[in-house]
Amino acid sequence: MSDKVSVMIRLNGINKIYGAGEIKVEALKAIDLEIEKNEFIGLIGPSGSGKSTLMNIMGCLDTPTTGEYYLEDRNVETLNHNQLAEIRNEKIGFVFQSFNLLPYATAFENVELPMLFMGIKTKIRKDRTMELLDKVGLANRAAHKPNELSGGEMQRVAIARSLANYPSLILADEPTGNLDTQAGDEILAIFQDLWRQGHTIVVITHNPNISERAQRVVKLKDGRIENNGA
Amino acid sequence: MFYRELHRQRKRIRLTIFALAWGTFSIVILLAFGEGMNRQMKIANKGLGTGIVIVSGGQTSIPYRGLGKGRTILLRREDVELLKNKVPGIKYISPEGEHYANTLTLGRKSFTERVIGVYPSFEEMRTYYPQEGSRFINPVDLQNKRRVVFLGTEIARRLFESEDPVGKSILINAIPFLVIGVMQDKIQNSMYNGPDTDKAAIPYSTYQAIYGDEYIYRFIYMPEDISKAGVVKKDVYRALAAKHKFDPEDTQALRTWDTIEDEEIFDKIFLGIQIFMGIIGGLTLIVAGVGVTNIMYVSAKRRTKEIGIKMALGAKKRYVLLQFVSEALMIAFIGGGLGIALSFLTVGLFKSLPLEGDVADLMAHPVISLDIMALTAVILGVIGFLAGVFPARKAATLRPVEALRYE
Repeated sequence: MSDKVSVMIRLNGINKIYGAGEIKVEALKAIDLEIEKNEFIGLIGPSGSGKSTLMNIMGCLDTPTTGEYYLEDRNVETLNHNQLAEIRNEKIGFVFQSFNLLPYATAFENVELPMLFMGIKTKIRKDRTMELLDKVGLANRAAHKPNELSGGEMQRVAIARSLANYPSLILADEPTGNLDTQAGDEILAIFQDLWRQGHTIVVITHNPNISERAQRVVKLKDGRIENNGA
Repeated sequence: MFYRELHRQRKRIRLTIFALAWGTFSIVILLAFGEGMNRQMKIANKGLGTGIVIVSGGQTSIPYRGLGKGRTILLRREDVELLKNKVPGIKYISPEGEHYANTLTLGRKSFTERVIGVYPSFEEMRTYYPQEGSRFINPVDLQNKRRVVFLGTEIARRLFESEDPVGKSILINAIPFLVIGVMQDKIQNSMYNGPDTDKAAIPYSTYQAIYGDEYIYRFIYMPEDISKAGVVKKDVYRALAAKHKFDPEDTQALRTWDTIEDEEIFDKIFLGIQIFMGIIGGLTLIVAGVGVTNIMYVSAKRRTKEIGIKMALGAKKRYVLLQFVSEALMIAFIGGGLGIALSFLTVGLFKSLPLEGDVADLMAHPVISLDIMALTAVILGVIGFLAGVFPARKAATLRPVEALRYE
């Protein structure tokens, strides 16, 4: 990580419009947002406020209709399909509300996947996978498939997977949405730890405890930033 | 990892492999039996002999030079000698005399059989091929009026059972004959006066001496060159018309059985059958192709979400495609291979069935065409491949967020 660049994310006038004509929906309207490195951001807002859309754009899973997005001072707009895949692989770790684990693969294989795409050598990959599972407390569940794990365990597998390639940015879209309060708190605690270790973290959540843990809370409403928490 | 994914999707893969295997199998088997039947029919056609014309005397239907119609034309051995000398382009010619109700005796066994009198060239023309260690009538037999006999397969079997008849003596109407040969077994689908395997052949000279026939029943000739068969036939007709004083245009004066013409007709039927089989095969292929396409297409669609997850984690397009390509190739390979193996197995099984008679002659000899087999497997494989790879390609070009939304 270069010390010169202290800004992780810079969004300039981001608009996202779905559909066209009569059924046009403006999901995001003129979003300006800067996130520094090693910030822990909580992104909140009612449903339909554009949280997920914003997160997808930040994660290079989607592209804005207009506006500029700089990720570590790189203009994402100029990147092609493969370069975006590389960025997602190397720089970003995702944690989804619905986990998005491959159902037929074991916890071990799911965590291994991003490293497989990066072309990490087998020996290093296997060691790192075990280390990651150990980190989220699931070393003993490595051979289990998602349907043999609890919701909290599945989400911890997903977190382990998101950390595989030492990403600088971790994006979590309602990671606690499908979990009970206790499991949700445990997951948030893990994010807090990761933040302390130097990761930049953006978490969408409805969990009211987020304000206690996050450094800054950004509030979205009707596709606009109501409060950027700065 | 690929293996693990395949393992997980084994139901779908089993279905696809089955569709491929079944498609390949149906077409290969269908065409194998069709081809086998055609070949057997061709062989059976050869039983009588190919490229020959069988001629016997008829009745005139046109008055000619003061002679009325309805005159019976009777052929003699001299006519055959005349044609042999006068008509160019005849390769072989032989008279045939025939008597039924002859008593053939060996020891205490006695049977009533047909005896024919012929020239040595009869062997080639009418496929009276001798079994190993035996021979057909030769020119010396003919010249010396030897009392030698060539036995049809069935007669030999009846008289001698498992014994070797060659060199033994039998009685034909109480006259001793030396057995010089036994016919190779053959299938024959066209004949006159019964199958050849039920006839005993003796030299024409001997035949004439014994039976005293003035007239021959028929003669058989084979033209040198099949493409000039029409000209030779006309010359034969003209020569006999001059000798027997009938109109060369009178088609009733001689009765001819032209296997050369028959063969042309048969070839057309054969072609028709082949076209028919081709159409059926093509339709089967389409049905199989649709099945394979369906399964592959649906599964690729269903896996859009999986593709989305992988792309979100940083899989590049070529990685996603590589997976689908290798998977489709593997399925095509196994499915095609299975279909081919199944075809060979079925054909082998059929050949080992204890079938007898005409059904066995026609059906028990399926012939697997390697070309058709390879072609079928390749076509189905390519169809399955494209059906699997195209939707995957489409999914891989989506923005990951769209692919992820797919359930």
